[in-house]
Amino acid sequence: MTAGEPLIVLDSVNKWFGPLHVLQDVSLSVERGEVVVVIGPSGSGKSTLCRAINRLEPINSGSITFDGQPLPAEGRALARLRSEVGMVFQSFNLFAHKTILQNVTLGPVKVRKERPAAARDRAMTLLERVGIASQAAKYPAQLSGGQQQRAAIARALAMQPKAMLFDEPTSALDPEMVGEVLDVMTSLAREGMTMVVVTHEMGFARHAANRVVFMADGQLVEQAPPDEFFNNPQSERAKDFLSKILTH
Amino acid sequence: MSVLVDHLDVFASGLWLTFQLCLLSAIGALLLGTVAAVMRISPVPPLRWVGSAYVTVFRNCPLTIVFFFAAFGLPALGSNADFLRIPGLTTLFSRLGVDIPYFRFAIVALSVYTGAFVCEAIRSGINAVPPGQAEAARAIGLTFTQNLRHVVLPQAWKAAIVPLGSVIIAMIKNSALAGFFGLVGDLSNSGVNLTSALGEPIIPVFIGVSIGFLIMTVPLGLLLDHIERRRAVAR
Repeated sequence: MTAGEPLIVLDSVNKWFGPLHVLQDVSLSVERGEVVVVIGPSGSGKSTLCRAINRLEPINSGSITFDGQPLPAEGRALARLRSEVGMVFQSFNLFAHKTILQNVTLGPVKVRKERPAAARDRAMTLLERVGIASQAAKYPAQLSGGQQQRAAIARALAMQPKAMLFDEPTSALDPEMVGEVLDVMTSLAREGMTMVVVTHEMGFARHAANRVVFMADGQLVEQAPPDEFFNNPQSERAKDFLSKILTH
Repeated sequence: MSVLVDHLDVFASGLWLTFQLCLLSAIGALLLGTVAAVMRISPVPPLRWVGSAYVTVFRNCPLTIVFFFAAFGLPALGSNADFLRIPGLTTLFSRLGVDIPYFRFAIVALSVYTGAFVCEAIRSGINAVPPGQAEAARAIGLTFTQNLRHVVLPQAWKAAIVPLGSVIIAMIKNSALAGFFGLVGDLSNSGVNLTSALGEPIIPVFIGVSIGFLIMTVPLGLLLDHIERRRAVAR
């Protein structure tokens, strides 16, 4: 692994859902430590893009490279790669039959074969960090949405990933809980975590992103640093999108 | 109805043997059904085909035919189902170890037949687990087997337990066929014996046999109702 080479590279990626061409020749590369925020209208393919990076969504053509390795086919090698890419979902997807602590330790113990005691200590540190250590013994259904999403971030961080993918992490949250999740994400970004974030939170995009990627109709329309993108969008599609969301 | 009192020991030992048959067959069916369900959802196509073929054959064949093939087909193939002479189990269930193989044949027939239904009940349980659960498990790097073992199956079991209970109740009732395929001394064979060999009146004898089955099925049904209520509260 060389220092200068990007961590994630997508090259002319195409993906169809039946007749629907959801990713059209998408090329994107993400540097180590970079925070890329993907925005765009719903149905533009941004979630699919995010999910393709750890192959939860297989692609039809093109290539995706993570840390210099092309994504392997389904199997052990892919499982190993996924363990290095943290993922946070819109609907949290915490394991419903396990406590918060067990949710966080499952990966380290089963995938990384860490000793349970060591995994537990680290998990508690992470839960402390996202501010829900006191909820460790509870089940996901007993927590608020914001707490669940912070637990999900802790679960992903427990694998000590090289990059984190966020697929609309705040879209299912009540407005007053969005802030607590974005705070955790912002602090991660400051610490230099490589992040790909699909979101509708323009505030987060403005202050935490290194680069904003705008997608529409399966195409990567425009990418620029946040200031440039929000103040001076180049494409008609992006101007239209921003005018709709920023007028209220 | 005096036959019930006079031959209480026959009914009791018949119930005991039928109970053993059902217990062992239920274990066999649950094991086979789980394996078949895992095969049917596995990413490996040949495994899926085997699982589907198993379910198609045994869910669609009459149980009588399955019993027939177990009792006549296995010996024709030279098997006495000796693989069921499992050390330890044979001391608990002495019939498992005897030379006359019909108890083992009955277990094979009931397990293989019921396993197909168990498979589908478990699969419906697996389908009840939100796809996000398996997705999150894959995302942290669990392999297919780890995903099933630690995330999907534990939750699928909970969703499948009530339909599984119905499958096992049906199996207990189906076990009545065993007495007509060589098994000596279970509930139905004891009933037939009392009427044909000892000339006892048919209707009271079979009321006795029915009571024997109800003693097993009714408590199991009540247990399932209880589990269902507890689950409803937990939600």
